[in-house]
Amino acid sequence: MNWYGVKAIYIHEMERFRRTLFQSLASPIITTSLYFVVFGSAIGSRITEIDGINYGSYIVPGMIMLTILTQSISNASFAFYFPRFTNTIYEILAAPLSSFEIVLGFVGAAASKSLIIGCVIILTANFFVDVRIDHPVLMMFFLILTSITFALFGFIIGMYAEGFEGLQIIPILIITPLVFLGGSFYSINMLPEFWQKISLLNPVLYLISGFRYSFYEVSDVSLFTSTLTILTILIGCIIFITYTFSKGYKIKD
Amino acid sequence: MKNILEINNVTKFYKNSVKALENVNLNIKEGEIFALLGPNGAGKSTLINSICGIVNFNTGTIKINNMDIVKNYRTTRKITGIVPQELNLESFETVWNNVNYSRGLFGKKPDHNYIEKLLKQLSLWDKKDSKIKELSGGMKRRVLIAKALSHQPKLLFLDEPTASVDVELRKDMWDVVKKLNENGVTIILTTHYIEEAEELSDRVAVINDGKIILVDEKDKLIKKLGEKTIKIELFEPIEKINGNLSKYNFTLDQTNKIISHTYNLNSNTTDVTELLNDVKKDGYEIKDINTEQSSLEEIFIKLIKENNNELVRS
Repeated sequence: MNWYGVKAIYIHEMERFRRTLFQSLASPIITTSLYFVVFGSAIGSRITEIDGINYGSYIVPGMIMLTILTQSISNASFAFYFPRFTNTIYEILAAPLSSFEIVLGFVGAAASKSLIIGCVIILTANFFVDVRIDHPVLMMFFLILTSITFALFGFIIGMYAEGFEGLQIIPILIITPLVFLGGSFYSINMLPEFWQKISLLNPVLYLISGFRYSFYEVSDVSLFTSTLTILTILIGCIIFITYTFSKGYKIKD
Repeated sequence: MKNILEINNVTKFYKNSVKALENVNLNIKEGEIFALLGPNGAGKSTLINSICGIVNFNTGTIKINNMDIVKNYRTTRKITGIVPQELNLESFETVWNNVNYSRGLFGKKPDHNYIEKLLKQLSLWDKKDSKIKELSGGMKRRVLIAKALSHQPKLLFLDEPTASVDVELRKDMWDVVKKLNENGVTIILTTHYIEEAEELSDRVAVINDGKIILVDEKDKLIKKLGEKTIKIELFEPIEKINGNLSKYNFTLDQTNKIISHTYNLNSNTTDVTELLNDVKKDGYEIKDINTEQSSLEEIFIKLIKENNNELVRS
């Protein structure tokens, strides 16, 4: 195992995060605050409680998930696409690194950045509402697993993207709608039966539900199903990346 | 001297079915400077990138220090360094971070003393805290060399190391390459500049259309394939070519005083003695004689031309 190589990639990526620390943290903090103003104050005045939880507090896990998903994807996709774009990837490919080690370095850094941002959002949310975490270990389990899984997903986008526009398409057109429709700001029990069934096809619903359970012990679906969903996506991403690296597709001509 | 690199029957197709390399066979001896010459698109960079693991080749085997580069990629890549043709660097990183990053990638633990020594050798020490975007093209080229040497490789690939570099810097680079070689690094360079191959290399290969068409020692190659021109300067001009001299196919300069006659060193006999005798027989007195050997560039152009003609015929 080339640990020095993994460390070099990890530190290199975290250094980029440090250089742009203000932009990296300011954006999610401002967005979270805006969500509290819009959803918490405007809608929260009409929906006071969901499942016995104050509405402002209820939406915190959904907001964290929204940020974690988008940040993990964008961090990892940009991190891997950038050396492809600048052709500095030659050095990574010529180094004595296995595909696992390359992924570990990039995805580890992207997931770490997301975790930091996730923690910052929890702190920010505390300024607006009461945030209770009933199962902190479970909360961290979901937070870490989701960060890693979607960083892997972002890595795939970074491998396949043909341009900077390509990095944005999936997060904007697929992920954000799935998060908004996955019960971030409501419980699916509030929907008509037909839309409840449709919502169950949305994998993000399971992530948010499991994550929310760790906070308030309320969920739309069972904890087991949530865990199974995230693990399935994780394994799917790993298989896909392994296959792409073995073929060298888009990376090694 | 043992082979540090052995390439056997390597073939590479790109996705669009373009054959970039065809049955390439090549052995590189430890400690030599080897020049790979060829026109644009001949396959020079593809060959280097295949050896370094940057592109996948389709068939054949490549061994470094007798180890297969696919099966033993960790060991073989640790002793290999590459300086790419383009100035591929992260603009916002400092020189120091860039070079240390490369050392880490190759699995070596940090050694700030070595990196300091390396940067000083390449006259980059003053720029260690500068961002890459603040450096000149020549400096960037040096950073690429420093990155390639950061893990102390035994085998170094230089892909067009002096492309778009001014003459002064090119000479500096040559000194760097020579010093590296003196320190035991085997060097393989691709170049468009024949002058560079002539100045640096021990052996030369010519690649065209994905095939190696010739491998030889540089000096032998020049001797073997080179044509020589004898220039005979006379005291009096030749007014009309007749008599004994009419059987030769020489040219005269504008003053009609200098005869230029080309002959091949490779042929069993040259007609140089006969020509000199005939000049004397026809009543001309010789003022001076000198010979010129054809350069590697002329040989290279001739080889590529011949190879292209063969390809057209086949």
